[in-house]
Amino acid sequence: MLSPAEWEVIALSLKVSGVAVAASLPLAFALAWLLARGRFAGRILLDAAVHLPLVLPPVVTGWLLLILFGNTGPAGRWLEDTLGVTVMFRWTGAALAAAIMALPLMVRAMRLSIEAVDRRLEQAAESLGASRARVFATITLPLALPGLLAGMVLGFARSLGEFGATITFVSNIPGETRTLPIAIYSALQVPGSEGAVTRLSLIAVALSLAALVVSEVLTRRAGAGRGGDVL
Amino acid sequence: MSFEVCIERRLGERRIAADFAAAGGLTALFGPSGAGKTSLLNMVAGLLRPDAGRIAVGGTVLFDAQRGVDLPARRRRAGYVFQDGRLFPHRRVRDNLLYGWKLARPEDRWMTLDEATGFLGIAHLLDRWPRTLSGGEAQRVAIGRALLSGPRFLLMDEPLASLDRARREEIMEVIERLRDELALPILYVSHDRDEVERLANRVVAVG
Repeated sequence: MLSPAEWEVIALSLKVSGVAVAASLPLAFALAWLLARGRFAGRILLDAAVHLPLVLPPVVTGWLLLILFGNTGPAGRWLEDTLGVTVMFRWTGAALAAAIMALPLMVRAMRLSIEAVDRRLEQAAESLGASRARVFATITLPLALPGLLAGMVLGFARSLGEFGATITFVSNIPGETRTLPIAIYSALQVPGSEGAVTRLSLIAVALSLAALVVSEVLTRRAGAGRGGDVL
Repeated sequence: MSFEVCIERRLGERRIAADFAAAGGLTALFGPSGAGKTSLLNMVAGLLRPDAGRIAVGGTVLFDAQRGVDLPARRRRAGYVFQDGRLFPHRRVRDNLLYGWKLARPEDRWMTLDEATGFLGIAHLLDRWPRTLSGGEAQRVAIGRALLSGPRFLLMDEPLASLDRARREEIMEVIERLRDELALPILYVSHDRDEVERLANRVVAVG
């Protein structure tokens, strides 16, 4: 039903999104934790900075990435020299753009789930002899887990749909940076390719819908008083 | 003396202070709601840091502002029974009961799971989830969890407040047995005069 080129697009999209979420997870969690639990000056500013990609025109985010991570950009040169990784016009760059764009959603969901953990349960664990690390591992993390997973699923879905920053930063290279939305856009430029547009769009709808349903189920599970295992 | 407490702490506009010494048995901190009784318990437990003063239980100094002693909560060996139970919702009753027991040093444990469930009549609840328990059942599990952590003393914060009359009687009998059979020093917070008159060996007025 799908052509090899279309399968390639889907596989690339899943790879880019998966890497984007996995790579940004530690940062997203750290930011969520800081915003949920931290008491420091500039918290509001950090909050705003994290949310910036949500409201900035994606093309601006892509342009900023180009300046920072391009071959002559400071971050780009650093990545090239120390890790030997080039991101410009590569699928890794698409993952980077997707990660930046997904970060606000991930941080937001994770932050809410951390804030929803009853601190009094942590105090109870402490009074029973648990160290901070153990309280985190046995109380905070398991209770926040559904929300953390929901954040990851949302981030994954957002990454699948990422278009503007990606095409600005890494362009539209078949097999390298042509992800699902960019492939749909490309197909729209070619007369007579309505079939491909329809197929790819349906796949995009299905993937997005599935992600939203999973995320909603996880969020409800986090909200409702728990009765079963966390997962 | 079991409890030697002389502490103060400012919380916003309020100043919370207590100064008392008490032998074993059940010592009630009695006073109106909002007098800071729970904050006092939290300071003894190590969950809230006093601005000044000293806390010792059974001769062990837990906090001494002048000498810079401030044992973290996890090392104070307090069995804290909270007003609202605070059972861990993601763990079954058995795992709630054993949470502190597993963390305690073997030589500090003085009760087994079987003894605790027998003492409290909760053996039939072990595989249940906390949210399926009644208020009285949850409070007995909370007491069991505190006892199994191998505490040197108990802190009880209005453990009857969220229970109906029949359950109150049931938990009250459990507390009397804790006091008389286990001979654990207990610091007990309440605003209910009848409760205090029945349970307390001595009463400290707060607020």
